[in-house]
Amino acid sequence: MFSLDLLFEALIFGVLLGCFYAAVSIGLSVSFGLLDVPHVAHPAIMVLGSYCTWLLATRSSLDPLLAGVLLMPAFFLVGVLVYRFYYETFERRGSDAAVRGLAFFFGLAFIIEVGLILFFGVDQRSVEASYIGKSFRFGDYRIPMRMLVAFAVALLLTFFLSLYLSRTFVGRAIKAVAQDEPALRLMGANPVRIKQWAFGIATGVSALAGAMLVIVSPVEPAMDRVYIGRTFCVVVLAGLGSMTGTLAAGLILGIAESVVMMLFGASWAPAVAFGLLLVVLGLRPQGLFGR
Amino acid sequence: MKFWIGAALALAIGVGLPLLPVNEYVFYAGYVVLTYVVLATAWNILGGYAGYVNFGPPAFFGIGAYAAVVLFKWLGAPLGVQIAGAAFMGGAMGFGVGLLTLRLRGIFFAIATVAIIFIMETLMVNWRYVGGATGLQLLRPQVELYASYTRMLFAVIAVMAVASVAIARYVQESWIGRGLRALRDSEEAAEGCGVPTLRLKLVACTLSGALMGAAGAPMPMYLSFIEPASTFNLAYTIGSLGSAIIGGMSHWAGPIVGAILLGSLQQIITVTISNEMNVLVVGVLLVVFVVAAPEGILGLFRKVLGRTSK
Repeated sequence: MFSLDLLFEALIFGVLLGCFYAAVSIGLSVSFGLLDVPHVAHPAIMVLGSYCTWLLATRSSLDPLLAGVLLMPAFFLVGVLVYRFYYETFERRGSDAAVRGLAFFFGLAFIIEVGLILFFGVDQRSVEASYIGKSFRFGDYRIPMRMLVAFAVALLLTFFLSLYLSRTFVGRAIKAVAQDEPALRLMGANPVRIKQWAFGIATGVSALAGAMLVIVSPVEPAMDRVYIGRTFCVVVLAGLGSMTGTLAAGLILGIAESVVMMLFGASWAPAVAFGLLLVVLGLRPQGLFGR
Repeated sequence: MKFWIGAALALAIGVGLPLLPVNEYVFYAGYVVLTYVVLATAWNILGGYAGYVNFGPPAFFGIGAYAAVVLFKWLGAPLGVQIAGAAFMGGAMGFGVGLLTLRLRGIFFAIATVAIIFIMETLMVNWRYVGGATGLQLLRPQVELYASYTRMLFAVIAVMAVASVAIARYVQESWIGRGLRALRDSEEAAEGCGVPTLRLKLVACTLSGALMGAAGAPMPMYLSFIEPASTFNLAYTIGSLGSAIIGGMSHWAGPIVGAILLGSLQQIITVTISNEMNVLVVGVLLVVFVVAAPEGILGLFRKVLGRTSK
């Protein structure tokens, strides 16, 4: 059953899957990793993005990726509003904001999930595009084209986001907020406005991640649950807020999942992300590239 | 003293009512409501007193349910033994989770507990003995005394609900509760003042886990069926956390008020509208309370009382 060929195939698939996982986690890497917002609703917002993409793509026969990009400004606005609300009701009150903030985002995730069920039903939805369903031949190996598309978009997304955070003024300001908020306040900058902007970006990126999700596989409303594990696993393993770390952690998770799937079967796959998450939390909570 | 009279009264009603010729549906729905009383009360021991948000009630509930199923299938154990076994497994897992609190707090702890749910679910999906992903049909044994098995289960869960409230009240009013509240406000300060924080957290986690595990034990018999996806459903998380927050986390009465209110509302909505709607309502209520009334119904009540007494 075990052979080098199979292992090699699992590795290739793992790399593709890993980049995809990095891309769906990168929004969380900003909102949770840099801003310390306990954003457990991140996967739910991403699945919402998938459904909006599906709606746009099927109604107006747009390319799903383009639909995802078009959705980004709207999601950016949603993100700004959500953060504003979170700040006014929890962060500013301080005290046990952490407990209530967590409960708030958890409730929000449920509302989105059930809202999707009520609106779209529990059936799986998938999109169509020229590159979906085809596969790319590479020697003896066949790689599904949809994974390659997601892989390319994921790399671009990670690259541009880390460039944005390290090269532009606002990007550096976001990193500064993560490092030392009181100091930023002393410099006369308003940390809340920067965080609001950053949370908006994180949410906007989730729309594109959602589009990739629906390209890679059919989506269903309850899909956010298993992605809680995958996204948090990647972000924690990466070390909070490290963009290149996110890519590396995504690769580790993708390869681990793909190898486990090959060795033990698909029914064990969901446990990989959560198991890895538990191990990282237990042994090295600061992650691989921790700040 | 007042508490014990109330508890005895609740116990008498819980055990006596199923003997009377009341509509069966009352017990069918009441069972679920009382399960949430146990879950919310248990959740509150760790979440409310110590401030550690546990997203894992389905994991404890599920391990209890599966422990009961294994005991039943393997030894044909009676319900009492099943519950004891479930409580033991839940407590053991709670102890393990308690060790996690050594390094993890806040969202990290919460996410770790989510991880435990999914790992447990995957294990059960892949365990053929308990039916795997397709589940396992269970044959209910004969009952004595009560007219139906559901009535008997109602009486059992009523006893468990009263017992768990009594335990939560004891924890709250003893040195354990004082210590937990101290470490909720500041773990470092509490440790510095000589509060044995680790021991207290382990006690709270184990107790909370054991109660949740026990709550899960009668569930397979109630449904005559067990299956991983619905057993390890995050709806139990939102139910128990929601009940505690909506009722009020600072007092043992809060989770009861929240669970009875939320549980009854859910039963009514499930029957009149739809199953999806009932989860939506709980989610919306949770968010509304967390935003507008962080002290829960008890807090609102206290505010009103405070105003009138002035």
